[in-house]
Amino acid sequence: MLGSGIVKGFVETARNFVGSFHDPERLVTIEYPDERQELPENSRNFPMLVYDGDDPMKGLRCVACKICEKECPPQCIYIEVERDAKGKALKHPRIFDLDISVCMSCQICVEVCPFDAIKMDTAFELSTDNRFGGLLLNKHQLAKPNSYYRAIHPLEAAEVDERLAAEQAKAAAKAKAAAAKAPAPAAVNAVAT
Amino acid sequence: MFELFDQLFVNLKHAVVGALPEGWRGLASPLISAAAILGVFASLFALTVLVERKGLGRIQNRPGPNRVGPAGLLQPLADFIKALTKEDIVPVSADKVLHFLAPVVMLAPVLLAYAVLPFGRNMVAVDFDAGLLFFFAAGACVELAVFMAGWSSHNKFSLLGAMRAIAQMISYELPLILATLGVVMLVGSLSLEDIVDSQAGHHWGWLARWWVFTPWGLAAFVIFLIAATAESNRAPFDLPEGEAELVAGHLVEYSGFKYAIFFIAEYLGLFAVSALAITLFLGGWHAPVAGLDWLPSWFWFGVKLAGFIVFFIWVRGTLPRVRVDHLMGFAWKFLLPLVLWNLVVAAVWWYSRGWAFAGAGILRWVGCAAMILIPYSLLGRALYTRHGLGPRTYRLVA
Repeated sequence: MLGSGIVKGFVETARNFVGSFHDPERLVTIEYPDERQELPENSRNFPMLVYDGDDPMKGLRCVACKICEKECPPQCIYIEVERDAKGKALKHPRIFDLDISVCMSCQICVEVCPFDAIKMDTAFELSTDNRFGGLLLNKHQLAKPNSYYRAIHPLEAAEVDERLAAEQAKAAAKAKAAAAKAPAPAAVNAVAT
Repeated sequence: MFELFDQLFVNLKHAVVGALPEGWRGLASPLISAAAILGVFASLFALTVLVERKGLGRIQNRPGPNRVGPAGLLQPLADFIKALTKEDIVPVSADKVLHFLAPVVMLAPVLLAYAVLPFGRNMVAVDFDAGLLFFFAAGACVELAVFMAGWSSHNKFSLLGAMRAIAQMISYELPLILATLGVVMLVGSLSLEDIVDSQAGHHWGWLARWWVFTPWGLAAFVIFLIAATAESNRAPFDLPEGEAELVAGHLVEYSGFKYAIFFIAEYLGLFAVSALAITLFLGGWHAPVAGLDWLPSWFWFGVKLAGFIVFFIWVRGTLPRVRVDHLMGFAWKFLLPLVLWNLVVAAVWWYSRGWAFAGAGILRWVGCAAMILIPYSLLGRALYTRHGLGPRTYRLVA
């Protein structure tokens, strides 16, 4: 009969109303400043620079190769290489600026970086009262410890750490082999005597 | 003890008026009544807005406003301060006088309508012989105010919204008034006091003798509710301010406190028609069952009014907005024939009151109920299938 659909609708909304009081599954709102949703593993916002060890500036993995600067589609990265007194490049950025008002979070910089130095951060509370300086991050602001990277992207960081460790071990073995080869006669003598 | 609480406000007013010098009493009496009505219903408005926002939130599985004060209880205060301090913008091309007058013209008649409503035993500001007529006459001014607002804004959206509002309000005024006529016919008076008195007493010693317990009364009550929803521009009949197509209808160019006044007037209008529905069909301030009449009369009125408010919030949270042609078709093709037929049923109910044979009471009730339900069902089915009032299905044409 005409009107039965309306009654059905009333029952449905009444169920919602009552259910929202005793069933936490229904009340899905996360009251943001008080509660936070755990970010998913793959969430990303703006890039950051990963460093190893304790000193952010010494431990930066970045070697200022400028690949990310060239690849960045909106050109939000600006890099200058650190040089010593003779003008020789020091494999370290003197300036690494990233304009997050321009960045489009595409992650291309991360994909092209051969040193695993630049990774995506998940921080999103970046509002500032200064729209120029406040949104132009320098290398001090961008540097984040590897432990932080592990915390926000555990799977990805584990893979990177493993790869870097393997590379390091390989390099160490190579260096050891080279070291073993060079002073070989002396060693032989030592054994002989 | 009962007498003390039941007549508390009446005696309070008499005490205040009695304390004044002789010459002032005639002026003070209506002013005190008006101040009481204004104070009570304005606070009820604030409370309703909060309950509505919380309730709608819960219906949509949200918590609703909960930031201002404990559990969001001070939200009305925050809204009030916001409305008061907002900039009042008047468009350059607007008719400034009409634009200013529209909210006033909207609110004043709504407040006037409260004068004739009995809120409790002896609690009516003006006991008017033609109270019901006065109520609808005052209520009709709202249409003028809406059109003033829409016209004076000099904005196509507001004008279209106002035109819609006029069409809707005039269309639904008919079923609204015709639904009340059954009660007027049987009571033989337009005075709301008399209508409340006619519903005193009990069936079988316990159930109150309200008009809603008769078949024609129930039908008239439902039709009255539907028409009242449309009259007060509430969802699902809030087309005049349909955001999707008209921004906010006649309210487009209003901001700040003028907008708040429209808002208040709309809610006060809703309370007024709810109070009228209570008076006409739900026994006014009478208790629903015999054992509960030790509670004060104004308490029962308040409980019923609260029930109506909750119901209207529930309706708003449930039903989607109807389409314009459906709205008009529903009023003219469905409600109007039914409500006219309902008058005939009311007359049958009246003339069969003298039946004295065995089972006469049941036969009378069932017979009258069938006289309403059969045409309802047939008319509903005919309109549903033939005249496009039903749901529309869309097919892709290859």
